[in-house]
Amino acid sequence: MKQSVFTIQENTPLTRDVMKMVLLGDTSAITAPGQFVNIRLAGRFLRRPISVCDWDGKTLTLIYKVVGHGTAQMKAMVPGEKLDLLTGLGNGYDLSVAGDHPLLIGGGVGVPPMYGLAKALIQAGKAVQVILGFNTWEECFYEEAFQALGCAVTVTTVDGSYGTKGFVTDALPEHYTHFYACGPEPMLKAVHASTATSGQLSFEERMGCGFGACMGCSCKTLTGYKRICKEGPVMRKEEIAW
Amino acid sequence: MVNTKVTLCGIQLDNPVIPASGTFGYGYEFAELYDINCLGTFSFKGTTKDPRFGNPTPRIAECPAGMINAVGLQNPGVDQVIREELPKLKKVFHKPVMANVSGFSIEDYAYTCARLDQEEQVGWLEVNISCPNVHGGGMSFGTSPQAAGEVTRAVKAVTTKPVIVKLSPNVTDIVSIAKACEEAGADGLSLINTLLGMRIDIARRRPVIANTMGGFSGSAIFPVAVRMVYQVAQAVKIPVVGIGGVSTAEDVIEMMMAGATAVQVGAANLTDPFVCRDIVEELPRAMARYKIQDLSQIIGGIQLWEKT
Repeated sequence: MKQSVFTIQENTPLTRDVMKMVLLGDTSAITAPGQFVNIRLAGRFLRRPISVCDWDGKTLTLIYKVVGHGTAQMKAMVPGEKLDLLTGLGNGYDLSVAGDHPLLIGGGVGVPPMYGLAKALIQAGKAVQVILGFNTWEECFYEEAFQALGCAVTVTTVDGSYGTKGFVTDALPEHYTHFYACGPEPMLKAVHASTATSGQLSFEERMGCGFGACMGCSCKTLTGYKRICKEGPVMRKEEIAW
Repeated sequence: MVNTKVTLCGIQLDNPVIPASGTFGYGYEFAELYDINCLGTFSFKGTTKDPRFGNPTPRIAECPAGMINAVGLQNPGVDQVIREELPKLKKVFHKPVMANVSGFSIEDYAYTCARLDQEEQVGWLEVNISCPNVHGGGMSFGTSPQAAGEVTRAVKAVTTKPVIVKLSPNVTDIVSIAKACEEAGADGLSLINTLLGMRIDIARRRPVIANTMGGFSGSAIFPVAVRMVYQVAQAVKIPVVGIGGVSTAEDVIEMMMAGATAVQVGAANLTDPFVCRDIVEELPRAMARYKIQDLSQIIGGIQLWEKT
């Protein structure tokens, strides 16, 4: 974990309430896709945990949904403004067990961490299949970005206004070697029940510190108590206790 | 050269800065971030006789200038703390540590304290009779002078190390509880624990926290803490550890002027993991700014306004 100040380079809308923010700063503490950063905002006591979408040597991309006062405050920020971040939080996804044909499943605001993961898996020479699930066409984002990486992309919408009608579980392919999922808990539960292979699922919880000190985000797993922020947010399919 | 040393119940501290229980784990998460030996000491995660998962989530709610938590004393239990956590801590922290203990019966408190009293690394026992997040224990011992006295006496009877009793602000008269602990043999008092609070998600029409209520902490409670530390320090002869909303070196000085011998930093650790290190570094400079040579000389050192 590292604490450092980042400078906003870009903060643009992808949909009505989903924003893409690109930041310039020290990304050296980020070691795996699926990790998150914790952002200090002026006048807010707690930091805001946001998953890492993508990063390189000096830039960090976050995609966040405006859901409350903190994210509304982030939306109003402009390039040049600075943010205090804790980086390199959480365990992130384990790429070593992906196999040759991993399947990535992202639902709504669970899509962003799948991008960094897809990029890393493609670089590792894997054939990556992606399912992106949204409620409706207006909420869709990043399909082209995944295609540009070289992924085979399927989009589902609940109302059928775009792509395959239904949930991500309605679009599961026949063959894949391992799955990675991030999204709302009902989606994760459905994915957990519908998938045949081993997999990793990323969870969300209201956090205090984000780095393992306060025990605010603990959960019970089949392998003991875990802190979503420290031993998570990524859990293995076999250890999840619903 | 300024002197930041203070003596707490017979043990000298390099400085009065102490991360508060429940915000610093068993130390080693923070030891990855900085050398925690710069601290006066720290109070480790509230430990109980048996392992506890704590309350369901969500356990955290944000507030203006603070937060509410309802963790509910999640900890691995005293056996595992002694077997696993303390040996890990020993590698990274070379000073006496404050062992924070909670319980659900007087026997629980006595048992857990007696076990930790045997541990070489433990300098003080901090007996938490003020956790607002558990039922049938914790705070129920800290809201009556009689029960507070009974816990204190039971712990004192089975321990050799200084016993500091951690008091709840959720009472009508904190001074009467403080005095009861002093009379029962407490070597020191620490205060305040969190204030009982609640937030409601008005869109969902339900409490933000699964446990409905929780403990309110953060800079918002600092004035309440200063007031209670002042009242208690005026009324007892044993040392008082000031806790509640401390986040700067100036806050440490203010708390000491109110009567605290040492000062704990709680919620601030969760938003700025380096805050205690920074306070320790800033303290000599802040002392110089306020022309303080020797920190121990300012304890309770304020002059009241003359009554007209």
